[in-house]
Amino acid sequence: MALISVKALTRVFDASKPWLNRVIERRGKSFLTAVSDVDFEVAERSTYALVGESGSGKSTIGRMLVGLLTPTSGTVEINGVNLATETDARKIDVIRSDIQMIFQDPFASLNPRWRVGDIIVEPVVARGGDASGLAEKLLEQVGLSALDAGKFPHEFSGGQRQRICIARALSSEPKLIVCDEPTSALDVSVQAQVLNLMSDLKDNYGLTYVLISHDLTVVQHMADRIGVLYLGRLVEEASPEDLFARTKHPYTKMLLEAAPRMDGFGREAELPEGEIPDPINPPTGCAFHPRCPISTDICRTERPPMRSLNKTRVACHLAEE
Amino acid sequence: MTDMPLKPAQQSRLRIFLDSDIFYMFKKSPVAILSTIVVAILVLSAVFAPLIAPTNPFDPASLNLMNGFTGPMTPNAFTGDSFLLGTDDQGRDVFSTILYGMRVSLFVGVAAVLFAMVLGITLGLISGYVGGWTETIIMRTADVQLTFPSILVAMLIFGVAKGFTPVEYRDQMAIWVLILAIGLSDWVQFARVVRGATLVEKRKEYVEAARLIGRTPFAIMLRHILPNVLSPVLVIATISLALAIIAEATLSFLGVGAPATQPSLGTLIRIGQGFLFSGEWWILLFPAVTLLVLALSVNLLGDWLRDALNPRLR
Repeated sequence: MALISVKALTRVFDASKPWLNRVIERRGKSFLTAVSDVDFEVAERSTYALVGESGSGKSTIGRMLVGLLTPTSGTVEINGVNLATETDARKIDVIRSDIQMIFQDPFASLNPRWRVGDIIVEPVVARGGDASGLAEKLLEQVGLSALDAGKFPHEFSGGQRQRICIARALSSEPKLIVCDEPTSALDVSVQAQVLNLMSDLKDNYGLTYVLISHDLTVVQHMADRIGVLYLGRLVEEASPEDLFARTKHPYTKMLLEAAPRMDGFGREAELPEGEIPDPINPPTGCAFHPRCPISTDICRTERPPMRSLNKTRVACHLAEE
Repeated sequence: MTDMPLKPAQQSRLRIFLDSDIFYMFKKSPVAILSTIVVAILVLSAVFAPLIAPTNPFDPASLNLMNGFTGPMTPNAFTGDSFLLGTDDQGRDVFSTILYGMRVSLFVGVAAVLFAMVLGITLGLISGYVGGWTETIIMRTADVQLTFPSILVAMLIFGVAKGFTPVEYRDQMAIWVLILAIGLSDWVQFARVVRGATLVEKRKEYVEAARLIGRTPFAIMLRHILPNVLSPVLVIATISLALAIIAEATLSFLGVGAPATQPSLGTLIRIGQGFLFSGEWWILLFPAVTLLVLALSVNLLGDWLRDALNPRLR
C-alpha cells in the first residue's frame, strides 16, 4: 500500500507587489504557480526522489508533504490522512509524529542556543513523551558520541550537524522522512558518509524517504523511483534504471547530458539551452517547449497529459516506447 | 533536560566567559572597566544606603532644623555638627539624601526599563512572527509614538494616571506611575529591534523544524526565537537605563515625578535649585554631579557593549 498519495497537487503563491504599488502602477495581482497538477505515489519503505532545477517546485512539494505549506488545490494523503483538511486532532498528532524532515542547511536547522540533546528529543518532549537517555542512544546510532548531547551546535562540523538533524528526525520514530537536499551543503567526502548512514537507518527503522535533490548521482544511488520536475510539473517518473538507460522525456535527456560524469574527459559537455521560464507567465502548452529540440505545434498549444509507457510515466506528446 | 552528560559543560560556564571575546575586549577597554567600577560603586552604595548613610534623612526624629543650610565640611554655627556634603534647608544631610535618592532613581530606571523591555519584546515577537494586520497595527502605533518626544508621552501618561489615583494614595503611587509612564514611552525601540531580529530568525530552518512537529506559535516564539534575539536587546536595555534615569530626573525636576517624601536625584535637584542664587550651591551641585556621573557611566557602558557586540566595528 502506498504510504504517500499525492493527487493533482497545486500550489500558487501570491507574488504581487504591495497594494499601494499596484494602485500606482495600475497592475493587477500576479500569481506564481510553484507546483502544478502533480500526481505520484510513494510505496512504504521505498525511496522516492524528486529532481529538478532551481525553481522547479521540488522544495515546495516537500513542504506540502510534511504540512508546512497547505496545497492551493489537490491533496496529499499520508497513510490515508490529509493533514490540510483533517479535523481529528488525535489523528493529526499521530501523523505528525510519523513525518519528519531533514533540511538543506545544517547550520540553520539547529537552534544555536539549544543543547544538542534537547534539540534531538524535542519531537518527543513536545508531545509529552519520556526522553531520558534517548538523545544519547540516537547520537550513537548516527555515529556521534553520547557525550555530545551536552554540547551546542556550533561545536560541530557540517557533516556532524547533519547527523544531529538525522538523530532528531529519528527521535519520534517516524515512518516518513522528507529530506530536502540533505547533502548539498556538505563536502563530497562527507556526502557519501551521510548518504550511507541514511541507507543504513532506512533498513534498520523501516523508513520511507522522499529525497529532494538536484544531484543526479545522489539520486541514482539512493532512489527506488525518481520523479523529474520542470516548472512545477512532473514530466517523467521512472525507476533509476529506466530513467538513466531508457530516457523518455527530452528535458530529462537534457539534464542527464548536462550532468558531470567521471568518464567525461575530452567530452564536450552539452550545456542546457535557455533557462527555466518565468513561473508567473509560464509558456502555453508543454512548459518545456521553448527549450525543447523536438517540439512541434501540438506542444505549443496543448499541455501533455501523464502517460504510462512500460513502467515509466511521462508527460510528453512525442515520447515513444 | 537530562542531567547526566551536561555537567562538564555547565561547570565551565565561568571559564567559557573568561575566555570569551567579550571579556577579552572588556579587559582591553579602560573606559569600560572604569565605567563598570563607577556603576558598581554607585549601585552598591544605593542598595546599601541604610548601612552607609550617616543619617536617615526621612526619619523626622533624627533631623534637627537648626542644622539647616550647613555648608560642606564646615561645622554648623549653632550645633557644631559637621556634614560631608552639607545639609539642605531642613537640616537633612545631603550625602544621605543622595544615597537614598539614588535608590529611587535606580529603582525607577531599572523597573521602567524592565517594563519597557517585557512590553517591547512581547509586541516585537508577536508582530514579527505573526505578521499581517497584527504587525501593521503594532508597528504603526510604535511609529506614531516615536513622533512624540518621549518625555511628553511620559508626562501625558503621568498626568492621566494621576487623575485616576485617589488623593491619599498619590504619593505612594507616584513611583509606580513614574515607572509606567517611562516604560510606556520607551518600549518602541525594543519592539522594533526584536521584530527585525524575529523576521530573520523565523525564516530559519530550526523554526520550521519546530512547526513541523506541531509546536504552538507561543512555544516557538518563547523557546526558539526569543533566546536568539536577546543580544541586541541587552545593548538597548543598557542605553535605555541611562535614558530612563535621566527621564525620571527630568520628570521629577519638573515636579511631576517622585514626591518630596521619596525624593529621587531629580527631586533633590529641583529642591536645590531654589537655593542656588542664595549661595547654598551644595544642595544643587552634589545631586546633579551624582546624576551626571551615574548616567554618563551607564551610557558609556552601553556604548561599549554596543560596539563590542557589533562584529562590523571590530
